[in-house]
Amino acid sequence: MACMMSNMSTLDALSPDWLTSEHSTGTSIMAVEFDGGVVIGADSRTSTGAYVANRVTDKLTKITNHIYCCRSGSAADTQAIADIVNYHLEFHEVQLGEAPLVKTAASVFQELCYNYRDQLTAGIICAGWDRRHGGQVFNIPLGGMCVRQPFAIGGSGSTYVFGFVDSNFKQGMNQDECVQFVLKTLALAMSRDGSSGGVVRLGIITEDGIERRTVLGNELPRFYEG
Amino acid sequence: MYANPNSIINPSLWPNGPAPGCFFNFPGANVTSTSSSSGIITRTQSPVTTGTSILGLVFDGGVMLAGDMLGSYGSMAKFRSIERTIKVNNSTVLGATGDIADFQHLKAIIEQKVIDEDCADDGFTLKPKALHTWLTRVLYNRRSKFDPLWNTFLVAGIEDGEPYLGCVDKIGTAFSDSKIATGYGAHIALPLMREGLEKKPQMTQEEARALLINCLRVLFYRDCRALNKHQIATITKEGVTIENNIELDTNWEVANFVIGYE
Amino acid sequence: MSSIGTGYDLSASQFSPDGRVFQVEYAQKAVENSGTAVALRGKDGVVFAVEKLVTSKLYEAGANRRIFNIDTHIGMAVAGLLADSRQIVETARTEASNYRAEYGGNIPVKYLADRVAMYKHAYTLYSAVRPFGCSVALGSYDEIDGPQLFMVDPSGVSFGYLGCAMGKARQAAKTEMEKLKLKDMTCMELLKEAAKIIYVVHDEVKDKHFELELGWVGAVTQGRHQKVPQDVYAEVERYAKSALEDDSDSGNDDM
Repeated sequence: MACMMSNMSTLDALSPDWLTSEHSTGTSIMAVEFDGGVVIGADSRTSTGAYVANRVTDKLTKITNHIYCCRSGSAADTQAIADIVNYHLEFHEVQLGEAPLVKTAASVFQELCYNYRDQLTAGIICAGWDRRHGGQVFNIPLGGMCVRQPFAIGGSGSTYVFGFVDSNFKQGMNQDECVQFVLKTLALAMSRDGSSGGVVRLGIITEDGIERRTVLGNELPRFYEG
Repeated sequence: MYANPNSIINPSLWPNGPAPGCFFNFPGANVTSTSSSSGIITRTQSPVTTGTSILGLVFDGGVMLAGDMLGSYGSMAKFRSIERTIKVNNSTVLGATGDIADFQHLKAIIEQKVIDEDCADDGFTLKPKALHTWLTRVLYNRRSKFDPLWNTFLVAGIEDGEPYLGCVDKIGTAFSDSKIATGYGAHIALPLMREGLEKKPQMTQEEARALLINCLRVLFYRDCRALNKHQIATITKEGVTIENNIELDTNWEVANFVIGYE
Repeated sequence: MSSIGTGYDLSASQFSPDGRVFQVEYAQKAVENSGTAVALRGKDGVVFAVEKLVTSKLYEAGANRRIFNIDTHIGMAVAGLLADSRQIVETARTEASNYRAEYGGNIPVKYLADRVAMYKHAYTLYSAVRPFGCSVALGSYDEIDGPQLFMVDPSGVSFGYLGCAMGKARQAAKTEMEKLKLKDMTCMELLKEAAKIIYVVHDEVKDKHFELELGWVGAVTQGRHQKVPQDVYAEVERYAKSALEDDSDSGNDDM
């Protein structure tokens, strides 16, 4: 996808990535279900190749009052997808006369990500609360599949912390425990992944809507750094 | 755009690999849908999240499907409770190897077909042979558009009182047999299944289950994309049962006999 | 009805001077000629009962059904022109299927009723088309929203109901329904009362033979709409017939 110009094809492969790379949220994102809602979180780095294009990005994007998505992959692709899903669900909410289900949002994301899988670079975690099924997390990775998970991690940074989440996740954590779990995981991912960094943005979605928090880069939990 | 002068020095440092200073492409990320300078558009996709082998075995009075619950992301064991074997209706099950997203896509279509038949309420239901044939048409049609569904499917069920087991791959090649294994299973499990059937051509349900479990265990030992968490589907005249999250006993005692390289 | 219309009833796209659309009213008349259909909503489900008039002995038993599955969780009972009804059934099924493909879940029955109503209403607006000569009742059940029942008439309005009736004896059926404490009743109780209503309102003189058709959706069917199983059908029919005999007995006593 790296800016494929037809007359550039020979030079394209030779020039350094930061000249031709698109903006991407080479990212660490996460979401965890708890009884009554979900906690979502993301780092704040947007990069073009190795250059930090934006160090305070907001990758937690609103779909409806009770449904958010965490975006990873191409910034342009995921913003476009989120905008389309947002438009779709706003209309749906009016027609339905009630708030859409998280499953519904996830299905619309999947529909787009699957049908355009060859054109898109988008890994999305769709999470939120609805009155039917409470807090839910749906993971929609690159190929456009969709699975519900008790928690999900995504983006380039996630590959470094699978071991951490597997060993630290406990079934039935409360809201505060989930917030700490997300914060620790993202801090670890950001410290090991060059494409992730900045601040940690958090969102806690319950029946009452979302509560947003930001943990600044100099206030993040710290671990072994040798 | 400016080309980095340094990079022109050695234009093919690593053929087919990332250019110097670039990252390696993760599977399916940017490698597809390239519009080259000649204007030719290729639409051939490659699998992203994948499932490994599915095994199918006919026994006296029924048929079984078995496979693990892993959705691999390249070599990463990323999703560990994926249902790759699904109940279609009371006479048919479907198991999938390959791209999970493609499988979910087809699953939704099949589920709607079953609902349509439910609505018609005329006593007819989707039978395994019909589903198998339908799948061959869908898959062959997609490969003919150079846009295949990246799966191998096993269809198992009971039709007119007889067990049926069929296989169809991503280009629409189809066949039916009393023992089929897809993916790695075709190399590792199928010989074991043949051996079992040679010894006892008419197996009971218990014998078939024991044989399949043994195959799954060997696959877990020898297939890097396998997981010790399985589904086993059994279809008999009584209907369909699917057991989930089966963990097998494993034996690593041989490790104690190894000294040095051998 | 003989002098009505006076030229204003030739098109669905034209009002009469007193603000009526005669074509739509005629469509409603078509429904009123139909065999009665009732739908009852209780505490844990919705049931349908239809008086299917059999106009010829040459028909196969069970032919020309009037209760349909729309999706796994939605049932529909119809009254009026059967061919028109079948098109509405097909439209509703397509709506449910599209919803599932797009949103990956069951279509809410209220939303479906709205869509069907919109579709029917569109056929009351143009001179080139004729309104649908049928009314339909849509019923569904799930654990969170409980039982839901809607009825859509030929003009394209839809309302939610505790109990509704369509067809020739709808008035008598509604009177019977009002005697019931619908909100407290289980599916089985509803089914018996619905069947009884059909037997009670059946006009033996004008319409000799009829088949009772029953469908239900509720906790008892795990939220799936089904025609009732044979054993339940037999029990319900027995109850309805004996209740009818008791009623006529007591009626004789009074005289």
